[in-house]
Amino acid sequence: MDFGYSDEQRQLADSIRRFVERHYDFEARRRILESPAGWSRDVWRTVSELGVLALPLPVACGGFGGGALDLMPFMNAVGEALIVEPFVATFVAARLVARSASAALRADLLGGVSDGRSAMAFAHAELGARYDVRRVETRARPTDAGYVIDGKKSVVAGAPCATHVIVSARLHGAVRDPDGLALFVVDVSAPGVSMRAFRTLDDSRAADVGFDDVRVVEAARLHAPADALVMIEDALDYGTALICAEAVGALRAANDATLEYTKTRRQFGVPIASFQALQHRLVDMFIECEQASSIALLACATVDSEADAVQRKRIVSAAKLRISEACRHVSQEAVQLHGGMGMSDEMKVSHTFRRLTVIAQQFGDVDHHLERFAACDDALLAAGRAAMQETRS
Amino acid sequence: MDIRYSTEELAFRDDVRAWLAANLPGELRDKTIGYQPFTKHELRHWHRILAQQGWVAPAWPREWGGTGWNVVRRYIFEEECGYAGAPPLPPFGVVMCGPVLLEFGTDAQKQRFLPRIYRGDDFWCQGYSEPGSGSDLASLSTRAKRDGDHYIVDGQKTWTTQAHMADWIFCLVRTDSSALSRQQGISFLLIDMTSPGISVRPLRLMDGGREVNEVFFDGVRVPVGNRVHDEGEGWTVAKFLLGYERMNTARIGTSKRELVQLKKLAMRERKNGKPLLQDTRFRDRLTRIEAQLMALEITNLRFVDQLRGGRAPGAEVSMLKIVGTEIQQALTELMMQVAGPRAQLVGPIDDDPAFDRFVATLAPRYCNYRKTTIYAGSNEIQRNIIAKHVLRL
Repeated sequence: MDFGYSDEQRQLADSIRRFVERHYDFEARRRILESPAGWSRDVWRTVSELGVLALPLPVACGGFGGGALDLMPFMNAVGEALIVEPFVATFVAARLVARSASAALRADLLGGVSDGRSAMAFAHAELGARYDVRRVETRARPTDAGYVIDGKKSVVAGAPCATHVIVSARLHGAVRDPDGLALFVVDVSAPGVSMRAFRTLDDSRAADVGFDDVRVVEAARLHAPADALVMIEDALDYGTALICAEAVGALRAANDATLEYTKTRRQFGVPIASFQALQHRLVDMFIECEQASSIALLACATVDSEADAVQRKRIVSAAKLRISEACRHVSQEAVQLHGGMGMSDEMKVSHTFRRLTVIAQQFGDVDHHLERFAACDDALLAAGRAAMQETRS
Repeated sequence: MDIRYSTEELAFRDDVRAWLAANLPGELRDKTIGYQPFTKHELRHWHRILAQQGWVAPAWPREWGGTGWNVVRRYIFEEECGYAGAPPLPPFGVVMCGPVLLEFGTDAQKQRFLPRIYRGDDFWCQGYSEPGSGSDLASLSTRAKRDGDHYIVDGQKTWTTQAHMADWIFCLVRTDSSALSRQQGISFLLIDMTSPGISVRPLRLMDGGREVNEVFFDGVRVPVGNRVHDEGEGWTVAKFLLGYERMNTARIGTSKRELVQLKKLAMRERKNGKPLLQDTRFRDRLTRIEAQLMALEITNLRFVDQLRGGRAPGAEVSMLKIVGTEIQQALTELMMQVAGPRAQLVGPIDDDPAFDRFVATLAPRYCNYRKTTIYAGSNEIQRNIIAKHVLRL
């Protein structure tokens, strides 16, 4: 047991902090948001030069073979500085490629990710599916040369910035069948791929992505060592753990801003932080953040540990539901304690509020994870396993 | 960074677990799990089994019977005891009076009291709260007037847990009412409960149980040799106790056991033809508590790891008490809810042998556990502590 940062994590944290100071303060971020693309290729490149994009990639593909715990300092910084570039989308897609693509495809795609040339996104959720991971209507039909993909994907994070998407499609079976799913790599410039891009509440970019008779070669299919659904759940849990770590950074930023504001804002002749009615709320925000930090650690360690899938899903769901509640609580209190200033677009806290609100919805909201936790817990109880005692093994 | 126990720590945990399985008497375990109150005899029985094994005062120095375990092992031991259903031993002797004597006591005091505490010969209680002095402890008014080699103590303590079982009481008393500040002029006395002039009156609580008392001092003669530390330094001693290692206030092991038991009960109870555990409304409440507990376990371990690394955590450990007791209370509430309408029944009018005595403990226990957020520094006081010392408000 050792909760301290490793040397590598400390170095990463230091270099990210320097990067944020130089290139991603609140004003620099505003300029990025106001640019037509809404994100910065320079930032992407600089971050890749820091080795962050290579960090989670397999050693065989020029990466460092790192896990979610290794990425944690970076994800904390993403949350703190409200970095809008879609790193998590790429990490999730890269995880799928790393774990299930052919060696040639892996080398090709991950090489591009590692040196900052390509960004990826995972096109999975569909309109009406909400957070149901099994519900896929998009179809893939085998042809002589490969497959033809037809369907629509909804709110694909980072898709407008991506060079490639990994798309899930159904080879056979009914809409919610656990079997019959497959994953394909699609170049976004391929004929038949359409994109309706959106700005999201947290000032990042997402798109509804359409696949209209999109033809891919056989080699574009990711051949999972397990069922595609198993790979999809693994990748989404990995992404969930990463945004849990991002949430911790954003929660901390919201708390820091609120503390500083309430210590300097004077009313009735005194700083408003001197009022006990506010102090206890500030303490509760602090506790929420520390609890979030603890369970984010647990989630990251769990997705790194190759724990069995039911136990992993159970823990990741506990983390996400706890953190989503913390996001809601802290963001609302941060705005309230800032008073009118908390509403202002000029104040970073209002941006943090919006990011925290979105995080609470991404990768499953509280209700979704309450449901999934109970299902996994039931499975463990039925198997007679004392789920509680061994949370960390 | 690694959040798991090391191989050695796991081996230690397994040893403790195996020892408890072999040495914790079944009837004591059943009493813990069945929420039955323990007699002094039973508590002493368990105390002596631990003393025999050399495990009753792990944190004491080796020469006084300590185990030499580091803080991680002490934490594991406490957690395993809680999980196994070992009787909760009163903290007043081993955990409170012992460390005070070790820090401030004279050699004669140590020789006289420590071995008796270790063997369980003396039971202790804590004379802090008074009718007019609760959270504002420094306002206490129980007086000790010097008379040659004795102090004459007059006044009243209240909410004194287990005073009716105790052989000795350690007390904060005012020895100088002319001191400049209220904190000065307080001294720390050890008083024999059989001294003439002491009377103990039980305070009946709403759950019908007997655990707290009023203690009256009417001209009680206490040898000056029973004063710990200098006259007027009682507040220093009190602060030392407040700051003393508080790594087990969250009582993670106990709450884990209760959670497992709660699920078992909720599986047996039926609602709308299904196990209550499958009722979404009930389950969501339970899952939220479980996620809090999973996070708190990691928070607790983070503090333990810090302490092991020689960086004693500061006032933020108060959050263990705040969140830990909130979880404990929530569990008693859910337990009561599992019993449904039968939770109202607390005892048979005639001596009905078929009466369900376990179910009858659930509502009184819910009532009783309201104490947890009030005692040992109310949760509001804990928030004040974090506000002042962590958030610097």
